[in-house]
Amino acid sequence: MIDLFQYDFFTNALLAALLTSISCGIIGSYIVARRMVFIGGGITHASFGGIGIAYFLGINPMFGAAVFAVLSAMGINWFTNRGNLRQDSSIAIWWSLGMAIGIIFISLSPGYAPNLMSFLFGSILTVSGNDLLFMGLVSVVTSIIFLLFFKTIMIISFDEEFAKARNLPVKTFNYLLIILSALAIVASIRVSGVILVLSLLTLPQATANIFTKKFQHISIASIVIGFVAMFCGLITSYYTNLPSGATIILILTLFFAFGKMIIATYNLIRKRPQ
Amino acid sequence: MSELIKIRDLTVRYGEYTAIKDVNLTISQNDFIGVIGPNGGGKTTLLRAILGLLEPSSGKITFSKELRNKQSDIGYLPQINKFDHRFPITVKEVILSGMAVKNRWMKPYGKKDNEKLNNIIRELRIGQIVQKPIGELSGGQMQRVFLGRALISDPKLLVLDEPDTYVDNQFEHDLYEMLVELNKRMAILLVSHDVGTISSYVKGIACINTELNYHPSNIISPEQLKAYNCPIQIITHGEVPHTVLGQHNHQHS
Repeated sequence: MIDLFQYDFFTNALLAALLTSISCGIIGSYIVARRMVFIGGGITHASFGGIGIAYFLGINPMFGAAVFAVLSAMGINWFTNRGNLRQDSSIAIWWSLGMAIGIIFISLSPGYAPNLMSFLFGSILTVSGNDLLFMGLVSVVTSIIFLLFFKTIMIISFDEEFAKARNLPVKTFNYLLIILSALAIVASIRVSGVILVLSLLTLPQATANIFTKKFQHISIASIVIGFVAMFCGLITSYYTNLPSGATIILILTLFFAFGKMIIATYNLIRKRPQ
Repeated sequence: MSELIKIRDLTVRYGEYTAIKDVNLTISQNDFIGVIGPNGGGKTTLLRAILGLLEPSSGKITFSKELRNKQSDIGYLPQINKFDHRFPITVKEVILSGMAVKNRWMKPYGKKDNEKLNNIIRELRIGQIVQKPIGELSGGQMQRVFLGRALISDPKLLVLDEPDTYVDNQFEHDLYEMLVELNKRMAILLVSHDVGTISSYVKGIACINTELNYHPSNIISPEQLKAYNCPIQIITHGEVPHTVLGQHNHQHS
């Protein structure tokens, strides 16, 4: 297995795993705590519109995805707050609109789109230097914002009305964090693809939440769980020739099931009469 | 007694719907006012307007110098059913969040904040649950925690929105006893659905049903309630004369 580390593609993939596990660990904890997972799903699928347009124009698909993800994140917020639309309807509109635009522009693009599958289902083994740069930037910015403003983020996330009564910058933080979430999602598309990326933002958190109910602990444990699952997924997919993104998600699900089993066994032993 | 808040001709509309109309009320130091009224009568709208969460459509709310730091000088205890009980936050973090104000939102909690936290923990007798996530608390414990958040900034006015729901009779009694103690150092504005219980503790009653009528005593008769346009049923059971608004299905010891 040691010889794997001699290959650039593998070390790049490991670095990508580390960076996305940091951004997904933090942002995923925020999204799950605020019950915004469905918004994450909307942003993820809407970003496919940007990938399609970028293909058509011949520019970097990740750039297109980032622009579309941020626009859809702000659009969902705007439709819900100003457009007087139910949030789930607003999400569904952006979700399907993004997918429709993506499909139309890819069908309009001349020739075959060979990399399309990697955006739909992920391809961590083919991450480029630019992808790593983008992932690194998102991870660093996310970490800094959460370290500096953790207190305010928690207050606003837990009780928005109280935060407004205390004159805290609720709107600014809501927009900042939804944009950050959109960027974290796009940065993770290379790992598991548009279809599967949501699990990187929810499965590590769900597993961590089995053992701890504290936000900081959930975030840190999610980073560790995410990275270990990605590492195991990479090794497994290399030796079994299975798709890496799907293998990572499968391992994350196994971790979750294992966590549930551990806690169930623990509770059983604890409740047993002495 | 000096005036803390003066509300004059306050009207709040949601589109075409008028929630409260031409409301006049003065809250002074050491006042303990119970706000009662039917569902949709405008109780919560009045609180939200005082807290600055709603813009008045017309009229004015004037805050005295004592409330110049409006954010921290008004403690607010919202209805606990509004919260996501599975949110990963501890009791300690919830109480400390009461120290957050506009000009301090970037600063982490300091030594002074922790000292105040310890005082609140002692006062509310919640030392054993301070590290617990809020999802593991009972209704009564949760009310204590949110009361702690409202009190940690030493407010001059405490605003409570139906604190007697989702709690048992024992805690309800303890809570009101605690409020009587707190009233010695702060004014209290209490929204409740149970005028029979709060009338033993408050000093005045504000009946609100779009329009507000202030009754400057804790003793109020059904005839007076009718005259104030507060449609309230009176139910008497057990030893406590009891007045409720609308639906009534909880048990009394």
